[in-house]
Amino acid sequence: MLDLKGYGPALAEGAVVTIELAFLSLALALTLGLLGASAKLSGNRVLTGVATAYTTLIRGVPDLVMMLLFYYGGQVAVNALSDYLWETRQIDFFFQFDPFISGVVTIGLIFGAYMTETFRGAFLAVDVGQIEAAKAYGFSRWHTFRRVMIPQMLRHALPGIGNNWQVLLKTTALVSIIGLTDMVRVAEEAAKAERMPFHFFIPVAAVYLLLTAGSELFIKWLDKRANVGVVRGN
Amino acid sequence: MAETAPLICRDIHKTFDQLEVLKGISLETRKGDVISLIGSSGSGKSTFLRCINLLETPTSGDIIVHGDPIRFKNNRKGVRVPADNRQVELIRARLSMVFQSFNLWSHMTVLENIIEAPINVLKIPKKEAIERAESYLNKVGIYERKDYYPAQMSGGQQQRAAIARALAMEPEVMLFDEPTSALDPELVGEVLRVMQSLAEEGRTMIVVTHEMAFARDVSNQVLFLHQGVIEEQGSPDKVFDHPESERMKQFLAPKF
Repeated sequence: MLDLKGYGPALAEGAVVTIELAFLSLALALTLGLLGASAKLSGNRVLTGVATAYTTLIRGVPDLVMMLLFYYGGQVAVNALSDYLWETRQIDFFFQFDPFISGVVTIGLIFGAYMTETFRGAFLAVDVGQIEAAKAYGFSRWHTFRRVMIPQMLRHALPGIGNNWQVLLKTTALVSIIGLTDMVRVAEEAAKAERMPFHFFIPVAAVYLLLTAGSELFIKWLDKRANVGVVRGN
Repeated sequence: MAETAPLICRDIHKTFDQLEVLKGISLETRKGDVISLIGSSGSGKSTFLRCINLLETPTSGDIIVHGDPIRFKNNRKGVRVPADNRQVELIRARLSMVFQSFNLWSHMTVLENIIEAPINVLKIPKKEAIERAESYLNKVGIYERKDYYPAQMSGGQQQRAAIARALAMEPEVMLFDEPTSALDPELVGEVLRVMQSLAEEGRTMIVVTHEMAFARDVSNQVLFLHQGVIEEQGSPDKVFDHPESERMKQFLAPKF
Protein backbone atom coordinates (compact mmCIF):
# COMPACT_ATOMS: atom_id res chain seq x y z
CA MET A 1 0.00 0.00 0.00
CA LEU A 2 1.18 3.51 -0.77
CA ASP A 3 2.57 5.10 2.39
CA LEU A 4 2.49 8.89 2.11
CA LYS A 5 4.37 9.36 5.40
CA GLY A 6 1.62 11.45 6.90
CA TYR A 7 1.50 13.83 3.93
CA GLY A 8 -1.69 12.25 2.62
CA PRO A 9 -4.19 14.80 3.95
CA ALA A 10 -1.98 17.74 2.88
CA LEU A 11 -1.64 16.26 -0.59
CA ALA A 12 -5.39 15.75 -0.81
CA GLU A 13 -5.97 19.36 0.21
CA GLY A 14 -3.41 20.41 -2.38
CA ALA A 15 -5.26 18.43 -5.01
CA VAL A 16 -8.48 20.25 -4.09
CA VAL A 17 -6.65 23.58 -4.46
CA THR A 18 -5.41 22.49 -7.89
CA ILE A 19 -8.92 21.54 -9.00
CA GLU A 20 -10.51 24.72 -7.65
CA LEU A 21 -7.83 26.79 -9.28
CA ALA A 22 -8.29 25.01 -12.59
CA PHE A 23 -12.08 25.38 -12.68
CA LEU A 24 -12.13 29.03 -11.61
CA SER A 25 -9.41 29.83 -14.15
CA LEU A 26 -11.38 27.97 -16.80
CA ALA A 27 -14.51 29.99 -16.03
CA LEU A 28 -12.54 33.22 -16.31
CA ALA A 29 -10.79 32.04 -19.47
CA LEU A 30 -14.06 31.08 -21.16
CA THR A 31 -15.63 34.42 -20.26
CA LEU A 32 -12.63 36.37 -21.49
CA GLY A 33 -12.46 34.19 -24.59
CA LEU A 34 -16.08 34.90 -25.51
CA LEU A 35 -15.63 38.60 -24.84
CA GLY A 36 -12.33 38.68 -26.74
CA ALA A 37 -13.74 36.84 -29.74
CA SER A 38 -16.85 39.03 -29.79
CA ALA A 39 -14.65 42.12 -29.61
CA LYS A 40 -12.41 40.91 -32.44
CA LEU A 41 -15.42 40.17 -34.63
CA SER A 42 -17.42 43.26 -33.63
CA GLY A 43 -16.13 45.37 -36.50
CA ASN A 44 -15.48 48.14 -33.99
CA ARG A 45 -11.89 49.32 -34.40
CA VAL A 46 -11.29 50.21 -30.77
CA LEU A 47 -12.65 46.89 -29.47
CA THR A 48 -10.73 44.92 -32.08
CA GLY A 49 -7.56 46.83 -31.19
CA VAL A 50 -7.91 46.16 -27.47
CA ALA A 51 -8.60 42.45 -28.03
CA THR A 52 -5.69 42.12 -30.45
CA ALA A 53 -3.33 43.85 -28.03
CA TYR A 54 -4.52 41.47 -25.32
CA THR A 55 -3.97 38.26 -27.28
CA THR A 56 -0.67 39.39 -28.77
CA LEU A 57 0.73 40.44 -25.43
CA ILE A 58 -0.42 37.45 -23.44
CA ARG A 59 0.43 34.81 -25.99
CA GLY A 60 3.87 36.27 -26.51
CA VAL A 61 5.06 36.18 -22.88
CA PRO A 62 5.94 32.96 -20.99
CA ASP A 63 3.28 31.86 -18.49
CA LEU A 64 5.75 31.81 -15.64
CA VAL A 65 6.93 35.35 -16.33
CA MET A 66 3.31 36.53 -16.43
CA MET A 67 2.59 34.87 -13.13
CA LEU A 68 5.64 36.37 -11.39
CA LEU A 69 4.80 39.75 -12.87
CA PHE A 70 1.24 39.62 -11.59
CA TYR A 71 2.03 38.30 -8.15
CA TYR A 72 5.03 40.44 -7.27
CA GLY A 73 4.35 43.30 -9.64
CA GLY A 74 0.70 43.34 -8.64
CA GLN A 75 1.59 43.78 -4.98
CA VAL A 76 4.06 46.58 -5.76
CA ALA A 77 1.40 48.32 -7.80
CA VAL A 78 -1.16 47.99 -5.01
CA ASN A 79 1.38 49.33 -2.50
CA ALA A 80 2.19 52.31 -4.69
CA LEU A 81 -1.48 53.04 -5.24
CA SER A 82 -2.14 52.73 -1.54
CA ASP A 83 0.64 55.23 -0.68
CA TYR A 84 -0.52 57.63 -3.34
CA LEU A 85 -4.16 57.55 -2.22
CA TRP A 86 -3.19 58.07 1.40
CA GLU A 87 -0.82 60.95 0.71
CA THR A 88 -3.06 62.81 -1.68
CA ARG A 89 -6.58 62.06 -0.49
CA GLN A 90 -6.23 60.42 2.91
CA ILE A 91 -8.02 57.37 1.53
CA ASP A 92 -7.16 54.13 3.32
CA PHE A 93 -6.89 51.53 0.62
CA PHE A 94 -4.86 48.35 0.75
CA PHE A 95 -5.09 44.67 0.06
CA GLN A 96 -2.68 41.82 0.14
CA PHE A 97 -2.22 39.94 -3.11
CA ASP A 98 -3.42 36.45 -2.40
CA PRO A 99 -1.51 33.74 -4.31
CA PHE A 100 -4.76 31.90 -5.10
CA ILE A 101 -6.42 34.97 -6.60
CA SER A 102 -3.22 35.84 -8.47
CA GLY A 103 -3.13 32.31 -9.83
CA VAL A 104 -6.73 32.38 -11.01
CA VAL A 105 -6.35 35.81 -12.58
CA THR A 106 -3.07 35.01 -14.29
CA ILE A 107 -4.10 31.61 -15.63
CA GLY A 108 -7.53 32.95 -16.57
CA LEU A 109 -5.94 35.84 -18.46
CA ILE A 110 -3.45 33.61 -20.25
CA PHE A 111 -5.98 31.04 -21.34
CA GLY A 112 -8.57 33.71 -22.07
CA ALA A 113 -6.22 34.77 -24.87
CA TYR A 114 -6.05 31.24 -26.28
CA MET A 115 -9.81 30.83 -25.90
CA THR A 116 -10.29 34.11 -27.76
CA GLU A 117 -8.59 32.61 -30.78
CA THR A 118 -10.46 29.31 -30.41
CA PHE A 119 -13.83 31.06 -30.23
CA ARG A 120 -12.97 33.50 -32.99
CA GLY A 121 -12.16 30.70 -35.39
CA ALA A 122 -15.28 28.81 -34.31
CA PHE A 123 -17.56 31.81 -34.86
CA LEU A 124 -16.06 32.33 -38.31
CA ALA A 125 -16.72 28.69 -39.14
CA VAL A 126 -20.48 29.08 -38.61
CA ASP A 127 -22.21 29.00 -41.99
CA VAL A 128 -23.40 32.48 -42.98
CA GLY A 129 -26.69 31.02 -44.22
CA GLN A 130 -27.55 29.89 -40.69
CA ILE A 131 -27.22 33.45 -39.42
CA GLU A 132 -29.03 34.88 -42.41
CA ALA A 133 -31.98 32.60 -41.80
CA ALA A 134 -32.14 33.84 -38.22
CA LYS A 135 -32.13 37.45 -39.41
CA ALA A 136 -34.72 36.75 -42.08
CA TYR A 137 -37.10 35.37 -39.46
CA GLY A 138 -36.93 38.48 -37.32
CA PHE A 139 -34.53 37.27 -34.60
CA SER A 140 -32.92 40.03 -32.59
CA ARG A 141 -29.11 40.10 -32.50
CA TRP A 142 -29.07 38.62 -29.02
CA HIS A 143 -31.51 35.86 -29.94
CA THR A 144 -29.43 35.01 -33.01
CA PHE A 145 -26.31 34.90 -30.87
CA ARG A 146 -27.84 32.73 -28.18
CA ARG A 147 -29.91 30.30 -30.25
CA VAL A 148 -27.90 29.97 -33.44
CA MET A 149 -24.34 31.28 -33.14
CA ILE A 150 -23.45 29.78 -29.75
CA PRO A 151 -24.70 26.22 -30.37
CA GLN A 152 -23.21 26.11 -33.84
CA MET A 153 -19.96 27.74 -32.80
CA LEU A 154 -19.51 25.24 -29.97
CA ARG A 155 -19.28 22.40 -32.47
CA HIS A 156 -16.19 23.99 -33.90
CA ALA A 157 -14.84 25.27 -30.59
CA LEU A 158 -15.08 22.16 -28.42
CA PRO A 159 -11.93 20.40 -29.66
CA GLY A 160 -9.96 23.61 -29.08
CA ILE A 161 -11.55 24.20 -25.69
CA GLY A 162 -10.63 20.64 -24.71
CA ASN A 163 -7.04 21.19 -25.72
CA ASN A 164 -6.80 24.49 -23.86
CA TRP A 165 -8.35 22.95 -20.79
CA GLN A 166 -5.78 20.17 -20.64
CA VAL A 167 -2.91 22.61 -20.96
CA LEU A 168 -4.57 24.91 -18.39
CA LEU A 169 -4.91 22.08 -15.91
CA LYS A 170 -1.20 21.36 -16.16
CA THR A 171 -0.28 25.02 -16.03
CA THR A 172 -1.81 25.27 -12.56
CA ALA A 173 1.34 23.52 -11.30
CA LEU A 174 3.15 26.84 -11.81
CA VAL A 175 1.31 28.44 -8.90
CA SER A 176 3.48 26.46 -6.49
CA ILE A 177 6.23 28.93 -7.48
CA ILE A 178 4.31 31.88 -6.06
CA GLY A 179 3.70 30.07 -2.83
CA LEU A 180 0.28 28.56 -3.22
CA THR A 181 0.10 25.20 -1.49
CA ASP A 182 -1.30 23.18 -4.33
CA MET A 183 -0.63 19.50 -4.80
CA VAL A 184 2.75 20.10 -6.46
CA ARG A 185 3.98 22.35 -3.67
CA VAL A 186 3.06 19.83 -0.98
CA ALA A 187 4.73 17.04 -2.92
CA GLU A 188 7.85 19.13 -3.37
CA GLU A 189 8.12 19.81 0.33
CA ALA A 190 7.43 16.19 1.20
CA ALA A 191 9.93 14.93 -1.37
CA LYS A 192 12.63 17.25 0.00
CA ALA A 193 11.99 16.40 3.62
CA GLU A 194 11.80 12.65 3.06
CA ARG A 195 14.34 12.57 0.21
CA MET A 196 11.89 10.46 -1.78
CA PRO A 197 11.09 12.30 -5.02
CA PHE A 198 9.57 9.32 -6.85
CA HIS A 199 7.44 8.45 -3.92
CA PHE A 200 5.67 11.82 -3.94
CA PHE A 201 5.87 13.06 -7.50
CA ILE A 202 4.56 9.91 -9.14
CA PRO A 203 1.23 10.02 -7.27
CA VAL A 204 0.94 13.71 -8.19
CA ALA A 205 1.58 12.87 -11.83
CA ALA A 206 -1.04 10.14 -11.56
CA VAL A 207 -3.63 12.61 -10.24
CA TYR A 208 -2.99 14.98 -13.17
CA LEU A 209 -3.27 12.07 -15.56
CA LEU A 210 -6.51 10.98 -13.98
CA LEU A 211 -7.95 14.49 -14.28
CA THR A 212 -6.88 14.95 -17.89
CA ALA A 213 -8.06 11.49 -18.93
CA GLY A 214 -11.40 12.08 -17.19
CA SER A 215 -11.83 15.41 -18.90
CA GLU A 216 -11.04 13.86 -22.24
CA LEU A 217 -13.96 11.48 -21.81
CA PHE A 218 -16.22 14.34 -20.73
CA ILE A 219 -15.22 16.47 -23.72
CA LYS A 220 -15.89 13.55 -26.05
CA TRP A 221 -19.37 13.28 -24.60
CA LEU A 222 -19.95 17.03 -24.94
CA ASP A 223 -18.69 16.91 -28.50
CA LYS A 224 -21.15 14.19 -29.34
CA ARG A 225 -23.99 16.23 -27.86
CA ALA A 226 -22.97 19.43 -29.65
CA ASN A 227 -22.75 17.61 -32.96
CA VAL A 228 -26.23 16.19 -32.84
CA GLY A 229 -27.75 16.52 -36.28
CA VAL A 230 -24.40 16.43 -38.04
CA VAL A 231 -23.98 13.59 -40.46
CA ARG A 232 -20.34 12.68 -40.85
CA GLY A 233 -18.93 11.01 -43.93
CA ASN A 234 -16.95 7.85 -43.44
CA MET B 1 -61.91 50.99 -50.09
CA ALA B 2 -59.09 49.20 -51.85
CA GLU B 3 -57.25 46.55 -49.90
CA THR B 4 -53.86 47.60 -48.56
CA ALA B 5 -51.07 46.25 -50.77
CA PRO B 6 -49.05 43.58 -48.93
CA LEU B 7 -45.83 44.96 -50.33
CA ILE B 8 -44.76 47.99 -52.35
CA CYS B 9 -41.19 48.66 -53.46
CA ARG B 10 -40.45 52.01 -55.04
CA ASP B 11 -37.39 52.81 -57.09
CA ILE B 12 -34.99 50.49 -55.29
CA HIS B 13 -31.33 51.14 -55.98
CA LYS B 14 -28.45 49.12 -54.62
CA THR B 15 -24.78 49.87 -55.07
CA PHE B 16 -21.96 47.64 -53.84
CA ASP B 17 -18.78 49.74 -53.65
CA GLN B 18 -18.79 51.32 -57.10
CA LEU B 19 -21.01 48.75 -58.77
CA GLU B 20 -24.65 49.62 -59.22
CA VAL B 21 -26.51 46.30 -59.08
CA LEU B 22 -30.07 47.64 -58.94
CA LYS B 23 -30.95 50.72 -60.93
CA GLY B 24 -34.45 51.58 -59.80
CA ILE B 25 -36.74 48.59 -59.39
CA SER B 26 -40.39 49.09 -58.44
CA LEU B 27 -42.93 46.47 -57.61
CA GLU B 28 -46.44 46.52 -56.27
CA THR B 29 -48.24 43.43 -55.08
CA ARG B 30 -51.89 42.68 -54.50
CA LYS B 31 -52.97 39.97 -52.15
CA GLY B 32 -52.66 36.59 -53.82
CA ASP B 33 -50.13 37.71 -56.41
CA VAL B 34 -47.48 35.24 -57.46
CA ILE B 35 -44.67 37.22 -59.00
CA SER B 36 -41.75 35.50 -60.69
CA LEU B 37 -38.45 37.32 -61.02
CA ILE B 38 -36.43 35.91 -63.88
CA GLY B 39 -33.21 36.88 -65.57
CA SER B 40 -29.66 35.65 -66.02
CA SER B 41 -27.13 35.40 -63.20
CA GLY B 42 -25.96 38.80 -62.07
CA SER B 43 -29.11 40.54 -63.27
CA GLY B 44 -29.84 41.62 -59.68
CA LYS B 45 -32.94 39.52 -59.04
CA SER B 46 -31.64 37.88 -55.87
CA THR B 47 -30.23 41.15 -54.61
CA PHE B 48 -33.62 42.76 -55.11
CA LEU B 49 -35.32 39.98 -53.15
CA ARG B 50 -32.76 40.40 -50.35
CA CYS B 51 -33.42 44.14 -50.28
CA ILE B 52 -37.09 43.51 -49.63
CA ASN B 53 -36.45 41.95 -46.21
CA LEU B 54 -33.40 44.10 -45.55
CA LEU B 55 -30.80 41.34 -45.75
CA GLU B 56 -29.27 44.01 -47.97
CA THR B 57 -30.01 47.65 -47.30
CA PRO B 58 -31.15 49.45 -50.44
CA THR B 59 -28.99 52.46 -51.27
CA SER B 60 -32.18 54.37 -52.02
CA GLY B 61 -35.86 53.68 -52.52
CA ASP B 62 -38.83 52.83 -50.34
CA ILE B 63 -40.20 49.55 -49.03
CA ILE B 64 -43.73 49.56 -47.67
CA VAL B 65 -45.04 46.43 -45.99
CA HIS B 66 -48.80 46.46 -45.57
CA GLY B 67 -48.89 50.24 -45.37
CA ASP B 68 -45.91 50.40 -43.02
CA PRO B 69 -42.91 52.13 -44.64
CA ILE B 70 -39.47 51.01 -43.45
CA ARG B 71 -37.64 53.95 -41.93
CA PHE B 72 -34.02 54.64 -42.85
CA LYS B 73 -31.36 57.00 -41.59
CA ASN B 74 -27.76 57.78 -42.47
CA ASN B 75 -25.14 56.52 -40.04
CA ARG B 76 -22.04 58.46 -39.07
CA LYS B 77 -20.22 57.38 -42.21
CA GLY B 78 -23.14 58.60 -44.29
CA VAL B 79 -24.26 55.09 -45.19
CA ARG B 80 -27.99 54.45 -45.29
CA VAL B 81 -29.11 52.01 -42.61
CA PRO B 82 -32.50 51.08 -41.15
CA ALA B 83 -33.48 53.63 -38.51
CA ASP B 84 -35.16 51.18 -36.19
CA ASN B 85 -33.86 47.62 -35.84
CA ARG B 86 -36.97 46.58 -33.98
CA GLN B 87 -39.13 47.66 -36.90
CA VAL B 88 -36.92 45.64 -39.25
CA GLU B 89 -37.34 42.55 -37.05
CA LEU B 90 -41.10 42.95 -37.01
CA ILE B 91 -41.23 43.42 -40.76
CA ARG B 92 -38.99 40.44 -41.42
CA ALA B 93 -41.35 38.33 -39.33
CA ARG B 94 -44.07 39.21 -41.84
CA LEU B 95 -42.00 38.39 -44.92
CA SER B 96 -40.69 34.91 -44.52
CA MET B 97 -37.93 33.75 -46.81
CA VAL B 98 -37.10 30.43 -48.39
CA PHE B 99 -33.44 30.18 -49.34
CA GLN B 100 -31.65 28.48 -52.18
CA SER B 101 -29.59 26.39 -49.77
CA PHE B 102 -32.50 25.85 -47.34
CA ASN B 103 -30.62 27.29 -44.33
CA LEU B 104 -32.53 25.19 -41.85
CA TRP B 105 -30.79 25.48 -38.48
CA SER B 106 -28.71 22.35 -38.48
CA HIS B 107 -28.64 21.86 -34.71
CA MET B 108 -32.44 21.76 -34.44
CA THR B 109 -34.89 19.11 -35.57
CA VAL B 110 -37.39 19.94 -38.29
CA LEU B 111 -40.09 20.66 -35.73
CA GLU B 112 -37.76 22.84 -33.64
CA ASN B 113 -36.82 24.75 -36.78
CA ILE B 114 -40.46 25.50 -37.48
CA ILE B 115 -41.57 26.54 -33.99
CA GLU B 116 -38.48 28.61 -33.13
CA ALA B 117 -39.56 31.89 -34.72
CA PRO B 118 -43.32 31.62 -34.01
CA ILE B 119 -42.56 31.11 -30.31
CA ASN B 120 -39.72 33.59 -29.91
CA VAL B 121 -40.56 36.23 -32.49
CA LEU B 122 -44.33 36.08 -32.84
CA LYS B 123 -44.70 35.11 -29.14
CA ILE B 124 -47.20 32.35 -29.83
CA PRO B 125 -47.74 29.80 -27.04
CA LYS B 126 -45.63 26.69 -27.57
CA LYS B 127 -48.58 24.31 -27.80
CA GLU B 128 -50.20 26.37 -30.51
CA ALA B 129 -46.91 26.72 -32.38
CA ILE B 130 -46.48 22.95 -32.40
CA GLU B 131 -50.01 22.42 -33.69
CA ARG B 132 -49.40 24.99 -36.38
CA ALA B 133 -46.05 23.40 -37.32
CA GLU B 134 -47.59 19.94 -37.54
CA SER B 135 -50.37 21.09 -39.80
CA TYR B 136 -47.90 22.75 -42.18
CA LEU B 137 -45.64 19.70 -42.09
CA ASN B 138 -48.64 17.70 -43.20
CA LYS B 139 -49.31 20.15 -45.95
CA VAL B 140 -45.78 19.88 -47.37
CA GLY B 141 -45.89 16.13 -46.90
CA ILE B 142 -43.08 15.49 -44.42
CA TYR B 143 -44.96 15.16 -41.16
CA GLU B 144 -43.26 11.84 -40.44
CA ARG B 145 -39.85 13.54 -40.62
CA LYS B 146 -40.58 16.11 -37.93
CA ASP B 147 -38.03 14.75 -35.47
CA TYR B 148 -35.26 14.39 -38.05
CA TYR B 149 -32.33 16.73 -38.22
CA PRO B 150 -31.94 18.57 -41.54
CA ALA B 151 -28.79 16.68 -42.49
CA GLN B 152 -30.68 13.41 -42.27
CA MET B 153 -33.05 14.37 -45.09
CA SER B 154 -32.84 14.81 -48.85
CA GLY B 155 -32.57 18.28 -50.34
CA GLY B 156 -36.19 18.21 -51.47
CA GLN B 157 -37.39 17.29 -47.99
CA GLN B 158 -35.20 19.99 -46.46
CA GLN B 159 -36.62 22.58 -48.80
CA ARG B 160 -40.16 21.47 -48.01
CA ALA B 161 -39.33 21.76 -44.30
CA ALA B 162 -38.01 25.26 -44.99
CA ILE B 163 -41.29 26.09 -46.73
CA ALA B 164 -43.19 24.82 -43.69
CA ARG B 165 -40.99 27.06 -41.54
CA ALA B 166 -41.93 30.01 -43.74
CA LEU B 167 -45.63 29.13 -43.66
CA ALA B 168 -45.67 28.84 -39.88
CA MET B 169 -45.06 32.58 -39.69
CA GLU B 170 -48.32 33.08 -41.62
CA PRO B 171 -46.56 35.86 -43.48
CA GLU B 172 -47.87 38.74 -45.52
CA VAL B 173 -45.59 37.76 -48.40
CA MET B 174 -43.39 34.73 -48.95
CA LEU B 175 -40.03 35.36 -50.58
CA PHE B 176 -38.43 32.47 -52.47
CA ASP B 177 -34.79 32.84 -53.47
CA GLU B 178 -34.13 30.26 -56.20
CA PRO B 179 -35.73 27.54 -54.11
CA THR B 180 -34.96 24.70 -56.51
CA SER B 181 -31.53 25.71 -57.79
CA ALA B 182 -29.60 23.62 -55.25
CA LEU B 183 -31.71 20.51 -55.78
CA ASP B 184 -31.00 17.41 -57.82
CA PRO B 185 -33.23 17.46 -60.90
CA GLU B 186 -35.42 14.61 -59.68
CA LEU B 187 -36.21 16.53 -56.46
CA VAL B 188 -37.24 19.78 -58.13
CA GLY B 189 -40.76 18.59 -58.86
CA GLU B 190 -41.79 17.88 -55.26
CA VAL B 191 -40.83 21.42 -54.21
CA LEU B 192 -42.49 23.07 -57.19
CA ARG B 193 -45.70 21.14 -56.54
CA VAL B 194 -45.80 22.43 -52.96
CA MET B 195 -45.24 25.97 -54.23
CA GLN B 196 -47.98 25.57 -56.79
CA SER B 197 -50.45 24.48 -54.12
CA LEU B 198 -49.54 27.56 -52.07
CA ALA B 199 -50.17 29.76 -55.09
CA GLU B 200 -53.55 28.14 -55.58
CA GLU B 201 -54.44 28.91 -51.97
CA GLY B 202 -53.98 32.56 -52.74
CA ARG B 203 -50.76 33.19 -50.83
CA THR B 204 -48.77 36.21 -51.93
CA MET B 205 -45.40 35.05 -53.22
CA ILE B 206 -42.36 36.56 -54.86
CA VAL B 207 -40.20 33.92 -56.46
CA VAL B 208 -36.74 34.31 -57.92
CA THR B 209 -36.45 31.36 -60.25
CA HIS B 210 -34.81 29.73 -63.21
CA GLU B 211 -37.78 27.40 -63.67
CA MET B 212 -39.46 28.93 -66.70
CA ALA B 213 -42.31 26.46 -66.61
CA PHE B 214 -43.13 27.55 -63.07
CA ALA B 215 -42.93 31.23 -63.98
CA ARG B 216 -45.19 30.68 -66.96
CA ASP B 217 -47.77 28.35 -65.43
CA VAL B 218 -48.01 29.37 -61.80
CA SER B 219 -47.30 33.08 -61.55
CA ASN B 220 -49.67 35.82 -62.60
CA GLN B 221 -46.92 38.38 -63.08
CA VAL B 222 -43.40 38.02 -64.44
CA LEU B 223 -40.55 40.49 -64.10
CA PHE B 224 -37.53 40.05 -66.33
CA LEU B 225 -34.46 41.76 -64.89
CA HIS B 226 -31.37 42.59 -66.87
CA GLN B 227 -28.36 44.48 -65.47
CA GLY B 228 -30.35 45.92 -62.61
CA VAL B 229 -33.39 47.17 -64.50
CA ILE B 230 -36.75 45.63 -65.34
CA GLU B 231 -36.55 44.92 -69.04
CA GLU B 232 -39.93 43.33 -69.44
CA GLN B 233 -42.88 42.88 -67.15
CA GLY B 234 -46.44 41.71 -67.27
CA SER B 235 -48.53 38.57 -67.43
CA PRO B 236 -46.68 35.34 -68.27
CA ASP B 237 -48.53 35.38 -71.52
CA LYS B 238 -47.18 38.77 -72.49
CA VAL B 239 -43.63 38.20 -71.25
CA PHE B 240 -43.14 34.74 -72.68
CA ASP B 241 -45.22 34.85 -75.83
CA HIS B 242 -45.15 38.48 -76.86
CA PRO B 243 -41.95 39.98 -75.42
CA GLU B 244 -41.12 43.48 -76.55
CA SER B 245 -37.49 43.78 -75.48
CA GLU B 246 -34.62 42.29 -77.43
CA ARG B 247 -33.03 41.04 -74.20
CA MET B 248 -36.07 39.02 -73.31
CA LYS B 249 -36.21 37.52 -76.77
CA GLN B 250 -32.54 36.53 -76.49
CA PHE B 251 -33.12 35.13 -73.02
CA LEU B 252 -35.92 32.93 -74.32
CA ALA B 253 -34.15 31.84 -77.49
CA PRO B 254 -33.20 28.16 -77.59
CA LYS B 255 -29.65 27.77 -76.32
CA PHE B 256 -28.77 24.78 -78.48
